[in-house]
Amino acid sequence: MIKKLTFAAALAAATVLGGAANAKTLVYCSEASPAGFDPSPWSGGNDFDASSRTIYSRLVEFEHGKTSIMPGLAESWTVSDDGLEYTFKLRPGVKFQTTDYFTPSRDLNADDVIFSFERQWKKDSPWFDYLPGTGWEYFTGMGFPDLLKEIVKVDDLTVKFVLKTPEVAFLPDLGMDFASIVSKEYADQLEKAGNLQQFTQKPVGTGPFQFVDYQVDAVIRYAAWDGYFGGRQKIDDLIFAITPDPAVRAQKLKAGECNIMSYPAPADIAGLQADENLKVDEQEGLNIGYMAYNTTQPPFDKAEVRKALNMAVNKQAIIDAVYQGAGQAAVNPIPPTMWGYNTEIKDDPYDPDAAKKMLDEAGVKDLSMKIWAMPVSRPYNPNAQRVAEMIQADYAKVGVKAEIVSYEWTEYRTRGKANDRDGAFQLGWTGDNGDPDNFLFLLGCEAIGQSNYAIWCNKDFEDLLQKGKKTTDQAERTKIYEEAQVIFKREAPWLTIAHSKVFMPMTKNVSGFEMDPLGIHRFDGVDIAE
Amino acid sequence: MFRYILHKLALIVPTIFGISLAAFAFVRLLPGDPILAMAGERGVSPERYAELLERFGYNRPIWVQYFDYISNVLHGDFGISLATKRPVLGEFLALFPATLELATVAMLLAILIGIPAGIFAAVKRGSWFDQLTMGAALTGYSMPIFWWGLLLIIFFSGTLGWTPVSGRIGLQYFFPSHTGFMLIDSLLSGKKGAFSSAVSHLILPSIVLATIPLAVIARQTRSAMLEVLGEDYVRTARAKGLAPRRVIGMHAFRNALIPVVTTIGLQVGTLMAGAILTETIFSWPGIGKWMIDSIGKRDYVVVQSGLLMIALIVMAVNLVVDLLYAVINPRIRVQ
Repeated sequence: MIKKLTFAAALAAATVLGGAANAKTLVYCSEASPAGFDPSPWSGGNDFDASSRTIYSRLVEFEHGKTSIMPGLAESWTVSDDGLEYTFKLRPGVKFQTTDYFTPSRDLNADDVIFSFERQWKKDSPWFDYLPGTGWEYFTGMGFPDLLKEIVKVDDLTVKFVLKTPEVAFLPDLGMDFASIVSKEYADQLEKAGNLQQFTQKPVGTGPFQFVDYQVDAVIRYAAWDGYFGGRQKIDDLIFAITPDPAVRAQKLKAGECNIMSYPAPADIAGLQADENLKVDEQEGLNIGYMAYNTTQPPFDKAEVRKALNMAVNKQAIIDAVYQGAGQAAVNPIPPTMWGYNTEIKDDPYDPDAAKKMLDEAGVKDLSMKIWAMPVSRPYNPNAQRVAEMIQADYAKVGVKAEIVSYEWTEYRTRGKANDRDGAFQLGWTGDNGDPDNFLFLLGCEAIGQSNYAIWCNKDFEDLLQKGKKTTDQAERTKIYEEAQVIFKREAPWLTIAHSKVFMPMTKNVSGFEMDPLGIHRFDGVDIAE
Repeated sequence: MFRYILHKLALIVPTIFGISLAAFAFVRLLPGDPILAMAGERGVSPERYAELLERFGYNRPIWVQYFDYISNVLHGDFGISLATKRPVLGEFLALFPATLELATVAMLLAILIGIPAGIFAAVKRGSWFDQLTMGAALTGYSMPIFWWGLLLIIFFSGTLGWTPVSGRIGLQYFFPSHTGFMLIDSLLSGKKGAFSSAVSHLILPSIVLATIPLAVIARQTRSAMLEVLGEDYVRTARAKGLAPRRVIGMHAFRNALIPVVTTIGLQVGTLMAGAILTETIFSWPGIGKWMIDSIGKRDYVVVQSGLLMIALIVMAVNLVVDLLYAVINPRIRVQ
């Protein structure tokens, strides 16, 4: 199709092709405004994209496009035999970014590492509450306050983390966004000036890009950081054009107003794939959409009833209608792209007749129940209301009457945690660090009242979960988690619905962008042909 | 006249009080919990939840919270956003010029097209123009803004490539903001092409935002004109042999103006509501999008203070409209 290019489109094209005379500019159409640029207090993917992955670095990093760990600001590390002490050797000569609001007088050292964690941990630090009411959700959510005993400066370039109990996922945890390393010298300077708020408004890090400007709710501008320890980036300028509506993002990409866009709407994907100027990368998402039964309430306290209900649901029809083919039926509680996934387990077949028979045998007659539908769309479940309607229709075929309920999002999750919750609860999870424990903990006894919406506490499963946490050998852990998945499938606390695919449309002149299984959008290593 | 103004100003005080109470209550009546919304999807431990509840004072009696809020507002402190931790007044002042710029252009568009179209439709009552205009007005009034905006983007930006898809200015233009109004800032920047880029970015959003007010103004002008055109003094003016243009412009339109001005004043509220959707579609960084995001996040502080500030602006516009009545019709001053 030949498009008529006018002055406006020409302007847009000029932007994408570099704007200023020789600068290489990459424009990313992002989905939401960041709450701030401090990488640790916030918990949204858009916050991380705008702060931790662009401006900052961590002790260890996830390999590009993978969930394995590689050296970051720490060039090496050792772990004590009892798994309680992690000693990191920092990379020498790492420079913090020089901006018009901060000029570092020294390189990165152990003080910065200690400060980065203690500000989230020690309530007596002036930085703990510098943003009123910050909960440091990830730091606390990953259990760090209970896990850390102390962080010790051995020398300027050596820092030791002492844990209270062994934690095998500690290294991947340090690769997460909340564990980004910030500048203590910059923090001290702001503290002296009594302007702590600037820390999240004008950030300073050691990452590939440095912050230039943020026009609230509109545009974020970055420039390649010349002193980046990983080498200067091929692009000169990186721009986030904040565009909340997915259909508008798709139009911007087609019109050449941006080079890459996040989260296309399923309905737009075919059109984007058909555009000759675009390419659409895709990847299995590290996620799961599920429906949790309340295993404490009869008749859902019986595994055979839960299994029968699972067999009554035509998952493939849901994948086709709701995920529009961009997903696969989920068998286990962890996605198949993750290590430790048990490939031997077969899914319960879709068999309404057998399901009805099993319900009869279990003495379940004229069952009425509720199906909870999330009020929001998420990659792991783009339309929970529609999924609920399809399950409702499937249940009707086996004589089960279901009523669909939904509440405002925070209310939904609060009510879902109640021990006497009536009905099956739809939700999902996206992995944080590529470790199977980061998914299976959702079914642990300790997570009841928090993230275990099945309110399921199985001793054998729990023992394996705890054993997995203390085992360092990955082959051994794989066996443990494979066994745990067998128990999960036998007991069926969830209807595992789907793992969705994630799509990343971009213009054909973009190279080097790798999709990340953890859902991060990284622009280091990306280039754009002029 | 002075007493008239004083009377109008005196009415504003209880209205502001009522609005502050309504805004405060409205956000609390919505289902949802600000602390949980702030904690994000990972949730928060019961201990931390209790701590944060205490920290923000949401565990205190509701009337204590209200009086605290009002006393802070009277001291010029509109609070800190729960979501971004930035002062609400600062966020409002940073975002409001974008909304004001868009709303002004949209209103000008609605008035400049709506009034002549309404007058012409009334004068040529029953003609094809009248039927076409009123049909279009009814369609415009009934159109879902979100759908309409997307349709224009797909056609004018996607297919024809005539206008940019969204945003306020081309991304290649980067200059400090002096006024917050992109049309003015782009002129002040002295950068070649900046102003035309800002204008081209305004075209589609202002058309979308103007659609409903334009339809309402055109319909109101037509019906007010029809009423006036049947009056005796218009017949007399015609009988005197005055030129038709003079009869319509001086005798009829001047008298039809009061309901039209009232309608225009009321459309300011509609513009604010329309801005919510228009700003979301066109990635326009204004207060409409800010408010809708804040309601989603149950950011009590932003919603209650934002609503209050928007209400103050709408009230100020209504005051100006009231004063305009007095200018247009001297009898109102006496009443």
